[in-house]
Amino acid sequence: MSNQLPGALSIGIKRGGLEIKQFLRQKESVVFTLLFPLILLAIFGSVFSETIAPNVTFSQYFVAGMIASALVNTGFQQIAIFIPIERDLGALKRLRGTPMPASSYFIGKAIVVTVSMVAQVVLLLAAGVAFFGVNLPTKLDKWLTFAALIFLGSLVSTILGVAFSSVPKNARGASAIVSPVVIILQFFSGVFFIFTDLPGWMQQVAAIFPLKWLTQGMRSVFLPENFATREIAGNWETGRTFAIIGIWLIVGTFLAIRTFKWDRD
Amino acid sequence: MKPVISVEGLRKSYGPLAVVKDLSLTINQGEIFAILGPNGAGKTTTVEILEGFRAADSGAISVLDTDPAIKGAAALAWRNRIGIVLQSTQDTAELTVREAISHFASYYSNPRGVEDVITLVGLQEKADDRARTLSGGQRRRLDVGLGIIGRPEVLFLDEPTTGFDPEARRAFWVLIKQLKSEGTTILLTTHYLDEAEALADRVAVMNHGEILEVSTPAHLGGRADARATISWREAGEIKSEESETPTEFVKSLSARLSGEIPELAIHRPTLEDIYLSMIGATHE
Repeated sequence: MSNQLPGALSIGIKRGGLEIKQFLRQKESVVFTLLFPLILLAIFGSVFSETIAPNVTFSQYFVAGMIASALVNTGFQQIAIFIPIERDLGALKRLRGTPMPASSYFIGKAIVVTVSMVAQVVLLLAAGVAFFGVNLPTKLDKWLTFAALIFLGSLVSTILGVAFSSVPKNARGASAIVSPVVIILQFFSGVFFIFTDLPGWMQQVAAIFPLKWLTQGMRSVFLPENFATREIAGNWETGRTFAIIGIWLIVGTFLAIRTFKWDRD
Repeated sequence: MKPVISVEGLRKSYGPLAVVKDLSLTINQGEIFAILGPNGAGKTTTVEILEGFRAADSGAISVLDTDPAIKGAAALAWRNRIGIVLQSTQDTAELTVREAISHFASYYSNPRGVEDVITLVGLQEKADDRARTLSGGQRRRLDVGLGIIGRPEVLFLDEPTTGFDPEARRAFWVLIKQLKSEGTTILLTTHYLDEAEALADRVAVMNHGEILEVSTPAHLGGRADARATISWREAGEIKSEESETPTEFVKSLSARLSGEIPELAIHRPTLEDIYLSMIGATHE
């Protein structure tokens, strides 16, 4: 007879598998999550067909914003809306009554977000290349930056979603509170428009939050090297991007652990 | 025997409202202990403090030699030894019975076998069905399965049979008795007095944040010594008589009516009668 409790990571990985299974069984939600970025790309790619710089179409610019934006939708938005639902259903209270560590629950969320992100990116890039003339990066270091942004972006987005999940009092209020936050951030961060065209104060507000940096990081992957001169800083600020994402990861983890609510009251 | 649960001087207020006032109780190993009381009596608050979901304002509380308010790794080690079945939960809807039980098993150091638990809660035929397709009673059995998968030494059952049909309730009682026979200590809250009577070794009646009495179901409120009411039909009308010695009374009645007594009934106060008089409610 063993008295050794299973490790938090091993339970977290099992929870990730379980969360993926539960997600895949809700067909409507799967279709919507995977198709939504494609629909947006189709709309924006058809409306803005001009080029914004030599050899840079709006679709090329927009695909960077779409991927960054998908990170926020899949992580922050879905997590911050779904956790209050789980709380209202009593799922969290049940978990709290077991020896499952809280960190395993967070790890499970991060896994389902990362897997969903990878699926969305593959679809989005395939559609972008096939229908909207999107060019993929050709250098290995760009692909490594891309992979790091997807991975760290999924983590930071998840953990901030977990932290924000204690703001809505119940599941009904969650969507009303979370969605505007996401939409405003998307506008401010240059997802739908060219960031440098935005008013200065918007740029400054956006610079506080990770979405602007994820979007800029994605541009560094998908836009030609010489486009960097048109960024605010005159270069891609890759080091700064990862530093700010790292800071938010730490702040988010701290907030998530401190404020997480297992029960309605 | 050392108590598994002991509470001494427990107090809890929400703002100015005292919900639990100086409550003390002990529950022994292998005992089924039921807490009865009307809504708002403080049952749920008391149980949630014992489950570690809420903090007490004051009082010495021990469950398996541990203060339920414990935090960190020690709290997980303690939770490894207890099982909690909450009121109506609707989670794990998209998982099958087997998937849910098997996943929860992975949280514990020494879980029961998944198939054993499925059999124990009588869900063999539903093992591969999604939880959302289960009936209310089956769903409740799944909740119990998830509560006992970790082989708990103490099991908390909150209103376990609400919404059951009578047959499902009886089957459920058999399961609870089986857990008791394996040495599990069970703390039960219920609105059904027949359930407390069928299952509990001892019951506590709570009202207004206090325990009024702790006793066996048969002796609660002086029930065992209470006068019995004998009724029968004689000369075309129903007669009734209270007696402290109903057997003697029936013998003499039988002699007087020379044999069979028409429509004989002997009524002792039920647990419900006693309970209602204790909490000051009138029997309708």
